Amino acid sequence: MPLSWLVLLVLALATAGYFVGRIRVLKLAGGDVRALHSLPIYYGTNVALSTAVPALVVVMVWLLVQPTLIERSVSGMIAPEMIPEGSNLNLVMSDVRRVADGLNTAIAGGAMSLAEVEAMDATVVDVRARLGELGVALGQNVRPEVLAAAKSYRSAAVTGNTLRTLIVLALAVVGFGISFSKTKPDYRARNVVERAVLALLMAAASLAILTTVGIVLSMLFETINFFGLHNWRDFFFGTTWAPNFRGDSELSILPLLWGTLYISFIALLVAVPIGLFAAIYLSEYAGPKTRAIAKPLLEILAGIPTIVYGLFALLTVGPLLVNMFGQSGSLGLGWMSGATSVLTAGIVMGIMLIPFVSSLSDDIINAVPQTMRDGSLGLGATPSETIRQVVIPAALPGIVGAILLAASRAIGETMIVVMGAGAIAKFSANPFESMTTITTRIVSQLTGDGDFASPETLVAFALGLSLFVLTLGLNVLALYIVRKYREQYE
Amino acid sequence: MTDATQNTGAVAPKSSLHTLDARTKRRNAAESRFKFYGMVAIGIGLLMLVTLLTTILSKGTGAFTQTFVTMEVELLETKLDKTGARDLEKIKKVTTFGYAPLIKTAFEKTVEAHGIETDLKSKAMAKILSKSAASQLRNYVIANPDQIGQTIEFRFLANSRVDGYMKGRVTRDSIANDKNITPAQLDFVDQLIAVGALKKTFNIDFIIGADASDQRPEAAGIGVAMMGSLFMMLVVLALALPIGVAASIYLEEFAPKNWITDIIEVNISNLAAVPSIVFGILGLAVFINYMHLPQSAPLVGGLVLTLMTLPTIIISTRAALKAVPPSIRDAALGVGASKMQAVFHHVLPLAAPGILTGTIIGLAQALGETAPLLLIGMIGFIASNMPETVGEGLLSPNSAMPAQIYEWAKRADPAFYERAWGGIIILLIFLISMNTLAVLLRRRFERRW
Repeated sequence: MPLSWLVLLVLALATAGYFVGRIRVLKLAGGDVRALHSLPIYYGTNVALSTAVPALVVVMVWLLVQPTLIERSVSGMIAPEMIPEGSNLNLVMSDVRRVADGLNTAIAGGAMSLAEVEAMDATVVDVRARLGELGVALGQNVRPEVLAAAKSYRSAAVTGNTLRTLIVLALAVVGFGISFSKTKPDYRARNVVERAVLALLMAAASLAILTTVGIVLSMLFETINFFGLHNWRDFFFGTTWAPNFRGDSELSILPLLWGTLYISFIALLVAVPIGLFAAIYLSEYAGPKTRAIAKPLLEILAGIPTIVYGLFALLTVGPLLVNMFGQSGSLGLGWMSGATSVLTAGIVMGIMLIPFVSSLSDDIINAVPQTMRDGSLGLGATPSETIRQVVIPAALPGIVGAILLAASRAIGETMIVVMGAGAIAKFSANPFESMTTITTRIVSQLTGDGDFASPETLVAFALGLSLFVLTLGLNVLALYIVRKYREQYE
Repeated sequence: MTDATQNTGAVAPKSSLHTLDARTKRRNAAESRFKFYGMVAIGIGLLMLVTLLTTILSKGTGAFTQTFVTMEVELLETKLDKTGARDLEKIKKVTTFGYAPLIKTAFEKTVEAHGIETDLKSKAMAKILSKSAASQLRNYVIANPDQIGQTIEFRFLANSRVDGYMKGRVTRDSIANDKNITPAQLDFVDQLIAVGALKKTFNIDFIIGADASDQRPEAAGIGVAMMGSLFMMLVVLALALPIGVAASIYLEEFAPKNWITDIIEVNISNLAAVPSIVFGILGLAVFINYMHLPQSAPLVGGLVLTLMTLPTIIISTRAALKAVPPSIRDAALGVGASKMQAVFHHVLPLAAPGILTGTIIGLAQALGETAPLLLIGMIGFIASNMPETVGEGLLSPNSAMPAQIYEWAKRADPAFYERAWGGIIILLIFLISMNTLAVLLRRRFERRW
């Protein structure tokens, strides 16, 4: 039975359970609600929850566990010497899956019977051509061991799915039966339902932890695989980024880190002065009317998707800079050869960060107590002197926190650098040259032909983990500073 | 006054307080300079916004109009259905090559009818049309086999170079090295304009159509990618809203103050700041490599964006719950409601407008997100078919609006850039209307306690 039907069936049973439970308890109480411990809906909800929740939880766990189990048992069938030169277990397994899918399609479409599939022999029949007729395209001819593995993969999956359907339906029916038999007027249905709902709420809240664990684990395992294939010293301390497919790639993070930090630095150079002065003006000088107009307008910049900024960098800012600094540019300097450069990406990213810096600093400046300003003004300082010598020093930790948050945003930004920064990894201080960043490399290493066993692909996970640790560190530091500063004036 | 100062021996002020001394002047100048810097900063910010928006509008509006050539084509029976039996299978055997002569003849007839003088061969004339013209004709014939033998008026897409010429992107100077069009063909285009056979009109296919191959920028549309985005947003809404609200209710109303709650809270605020590309890596590793969900499917995109949007929704929902005064809870508990009843019957309905606003803003964020979609494979192919069922919409490969824009920006032909800007206009229209809706909801239902 397909998964969607199974889920729908369980849900239908639960809905039926809701009404049945309600009706039964009212009947037992003789239609008198006052004789019940809880309101009738709780008896209905109790039956519905006991039917649906355990069954659906099992479905979810099954979905997560079954692929691993089958994968493990089937990949045991493929001995290391059966893996052809230049391939690996993962590639063979994806072939196996594809053939198994093809066999399933063939059976479902009625083109082949189950017995025909079981009797199929790759040494006799051209499986690729046979499946090709049925609209299942395979990249290469099917070898006997792959076909054998695919057959056992298919039968294991079919058995697993049948077992899943049976167990889930049995659970749903048992849950229905037990809760239905418990449905009596003196049953404390509300307490049970409320406890169950609380457990569901708690599960939803812990999904945040699950996501973080998922992020860390998914990158950690692949990173460990990567360090098994590639020297970790070269990754952290090497100086060259030169992936190739000959097997002697030099994959080191330092040139990428340099590009990332350089672009982020230029972005902050644009965003911090503009954002900070805008925040000072809005919070200290501007009247309520100016503030009501200018603040939301600036914040529109923060709501524009990064793909728009990327396109703006690639097609507008880049060519504009080339027109100014390029070979035949208006300044005649010949400094820039292509539209993608550190400066292009940096300026556009700076524009994106302006509202980020300004609204955070605005909040922080507003949190400085008015009495401090009054004291300074009362001593005869001008407003600007008050701001420079009293307000800013008092707000400094918070502003530093805001800048760190902006820096973490800049480091993790992807679309602007993918489109505006270029693809050359190098150490250079020239902002007119194109350079590459960690995020750009993650995208390009993972969007090519996905061979998830080569160091050239796996390096993306190591880069991702480094990026995650870097931004997480910055965020934690920034939040710590901001929180500490808030406490100071509360 | 004068005596008193003389008596104490203090130095009398050299001038009146009403005339400014040099130092005060300097301080006042510094003051107005400082204020000026602030205004300049705001000015730069606003200038950037205006530049961005005018760039988008000026470059993107062109994508909504397209150049069409209107011609009468005679669907010759001798070419399309030699047997005359109107057997659909036989008609289908005629490939698009078989239709090309019809278009050439149609051009010759048009030239004759309007009295256009040109040296061009009919083959060169037909080159001003899009490469899709023949298949357009073929599709029409297959759909209406009874029309064979008649003369019918068709509206063909013009080639992207001709379209660029109409929009000022292509000039006679710029095509010097262009193999796809010659100045003579542009002269012919001018003649067609003069007789009204070639016109630039509104192009609905850009909004509802499918993407096209590298060779035919004139036929590319964003409609299918829009459906991809729609299905992703459905997944995000169906998962992120209930999970986010449930998590917020737990954290705000029930969670005991202990280290587990602290860890959850720190986790949520950190997840909100994790770079979006990292969520893409998570999606690739867990949903595609581990669970073997189909690549490029809106379902996977929706799951990744759900994880990304959850922190936003949780943060705004918690703020909305916090804004409901404790007196409401106390009153409910006072008349005998359980804690759960107080929350679900009283607090949650009162917080609903705030939750809805936060959800819409979260969805708008998810709609514009691109980076994670690159990693789960929603780029690099041509999204050509509209999904027909909900299951197909969720599971068959598709693109999404921002991914489609990125795809166009990567292609070599500048005609696609116009499409990319046009796509951005559509994307921004969606975002602006969602945000406006959020603001309106807040204005309409917001309650001050």
